[in-house]
Amino acid sequence: MTTLSDTGAPPEPDARRPAAPRTVRSTRRTPMTWLRGGGLWNLLFLLPMIVVFAVFSWSPIVQSVMMSLQKTNLITSQWVGFDNYVKVLSDPLLGEAVLNTLWFALLALVFGFPVPLFMAVLMSEVRRAKGLYSALAYLPVVIPPVVAVLLWKFFYSADANGVFNTVLGAVGIPPQPWIQDALQAMPSLVLEATWAGAGGSIIIYLAALLGVPSELYDAAEVDGASIWRKVWHITLPQLRGILFIMLILQVIATAQVFLEPFLFTGGGPAGATRTVLLYIYDKAFRNSLGGAYGEATAVSVLLAIALALLSWLYFRLTNRWSSS
Amino acid sequence: MRSPRKVLLAGAATVAVVGMLAGCSPAADDSSSGGKIQLRVATFPPGADAAAYEAFAAQEKQFEALHKDIDIIGVEYEWKGPTFAVQLAGGSLPDVFTVPFTDTKTLLENGQLTDVTDAVKELGYTDKFNPVILDGVTGADGHIYGFPRQAYAMGLHYNRDLFKAAGLDPDKPPTTWDEVRAYAKQITEKTGKAGYAQMAAGNTGGWQLTAATVARGGRTQTDDADGSATSSIDNDATRAALQFLHDVRWEDKSFGSKFDLDWGTINQEFAAGNLGMYTSGSDVYTALVRDFGMKPEMYGLGVVPVEGKDPGTLGGGDVAVISPTIDAKAKDAATTWIDWYYMQKLMDKDAAITDAKTLADSGQAVGTPLLPVLSRDQYEESLKWIEPYINVPRDQMSSFIDEIWEQTPVGEPKKKTQEVYALLDTVVQSVLTQQNADIDGLLKKAQTDAQALLDR
Repeated sequence: MTTLSDTGAPPEPDARRPAAPRTVRSTRRTPMTWLRGGGLWNLLFLLPMIVVFAVFSWSPIVQSVMMSLQKTNLITSQWVGFDNYVKVLSDPLLGEAVLNTLWFALLALVFGFPVPLFMAVLMSEVRRAKGLYSALAYLPVVIPPVVAVLLWKFFYSADANGVFNTVLGAVGIPPQPWIQDALQAMPSLVLEATWAGAGGSIIIYLAALLGVPSELYDAAEVDGASIWRKVWHITLPQLRGILFIMLILQVIATAQVFLEPFLFTGGGPAGATRTVLLYIYDKAFRNSLGGAYGEATAVSVLLAIALALLSWLYFRLTNRWSSS
Repeated sequence: MRSPRKVLLAGAATVAVVGMLAGCSPAADDSSSGGKIQLRVATFPPGADAAAYEAFAAQEKQFEALHKDIDIIGVEYEWKGPTFAVQLAGGSLPDVFTVPFTDTKTLLENGQLTDVTDAVKELGYTDKFNPVILDGVTGADGHIYGFPRQAYAMGLHYNRDLFKAAGLDPDKPPTTWDEVRAYAKQITEKTGKAGYAQMAAGNTGGWQLTAATVARGGRTQTDDADGSATSSIDNDATRAALQFLHDVRWEDKSFGSKFDLDWGTINQEFAAGNLGMYTSGSDVYTALVRDFGMKPEMYGLGVVPVEGKDPGTLGGGDVAVISPTIDAKAKDAATTWIDWYYMQKLMDKDAAITDAKTLADSGQAVGTPLLPVLSRDQYEESLKWIEPYINVPRDQMSSFIDEIWEQTPVGEPKKKTQEVYALLDTVVQSVLTQQNADIDGLLKKAQTDAQALLDR
């Protein structure tokens, strides 16, 4: 049996093409060589994107950091040092919001992460009408998120004649309070978020699955491997790169979850779905009427730092496995 | 290297950058046009019917005929705390708008309102306002930051159709909290609709719990002599108010199935005929008809039952204010508009009649029960002036109109109002969604948290 690894180590890059003559002139970069090499033109063409990034990304980031050190109502400002950080870190509601966000992330990871992968593997096995299944899976992504949430809010009606409760009633299950109950609210939000986001992940996984060499499955089949063993020993290892990326993207996305708790519950019942981003929103706009922008941006900066550290740690931990 | 194609592309890129930067630059000041001062003033919330705008257009013409140097531009407006500061910083806030009493103190603390002390003095209002109401717009510096233009007391709104369907007398709303509970139970049993519901989300849960506390003789915050405040949430009246909610929700099951209602959604439920009773400001009738399509004949209004020692009715209202970003010339125009549009009709017969006639001609509500911002005599006299134009069913509100004067108006908590209301939202939601909620524990924690906010 021949596998890709039997072909031996790939040749060194330099062995593939003749070595370029190494001269002092080719390695030294002066402003003149940069200019003659078309550097000015390159810069000119890059300028629109640099400006876009500077105005809409980098500048707000810098302003946020500055605002987190100020007491401001966006009209007048005064520097207060790290007061805002001290205030928010001593607020018990922030701790509760962090725990709620972690709870959402965990539920989304347990239910939201494997479901699209499972669906993609299943759909990749379908021989006919694959496009139709892909389109159906992607359909929820096409629905505007706000519309989707409002639709689901209607479905989640706690009345006995609510849509989901009617379905449950048909199989003898009593009406559920759904988003009106502190325990059920967060899982209900995750259910909708999984439904809404699965389509995009499925498409990405389907594309990645196309890249898995079919000979591997053929060889495993010859060796008598079951479907489960093929998925475990071929599909998942082959997809690990994309799985890592999707995982970290999901963690970052769930840490910033806002739309669902904002529209479904407003953070209730009794703060059970108040996430970090909703806490920031309430702090900045709803409760202080613009008087606590500094504190709100302090939490934003802390969240950004936490996510950056998490991403760095995650890539560092998985780098070895990913490249092996 | 400098081929025409490259030059063309580079030129296009440069134009794009310049265009983009130009797009980002602030617009030129257009506050005056053709020698006139353009004044952007608040009109109605989104969803107001066309007749409301017709009435406004007529009033705009009347004003501009009197003040030829001012060009009024009506702007759709609804007070929303979460978007206020962004609109203010972004320049999309009207120059003249209204804010509820609840938020005035917070906006004062944030430096987001214009000082109108001189204008109030010049127009001669300083001594005319009810001192309790004027205090609501006075900053720590003693300056005045707005014109109180309308006040309300909390009322008990009820659906006369559901009362009839449940075998209750629609002309006799409940007068005790026990009766409210019994009526609610009867409505739910006979009609399947929610008998009584209360707001619980977006800080309105705290607002209504405070109203229910005041009605039972309690207070959630007391002012100290040094200008600070002490939280007193953990009191018997608030405990009784929460126990009432618990009993309606869990024992009688007459609360319905929505425990996250706010001002807009509870009005929606009521106007749609899904709710028997709820408490809100006495002036909500106008919005129920204009913005939520309620049939006037189904509406009834009574006073909020009071009990216990030193009970009262939570009052509130609207203040006409001026954006802090406005210049001196526009500020003068703004005070002229406020005086004409909001204030004159309260004390000038001709102005009152013109205003009422214009509103009535456009089918807008005239005669909704209010509390006087000036004096009771002045208010009752103004009602006589506009009597021919009153079109709201005041006979269906007679219980409120006759009895409200017996109740003591009590102002809302002054410090950290919204933040404390947000804490109380959680308490109300806990009681409504957890059958075994520990009311004592919730109150104790809320008081500690509220005091921590007040001490910051």
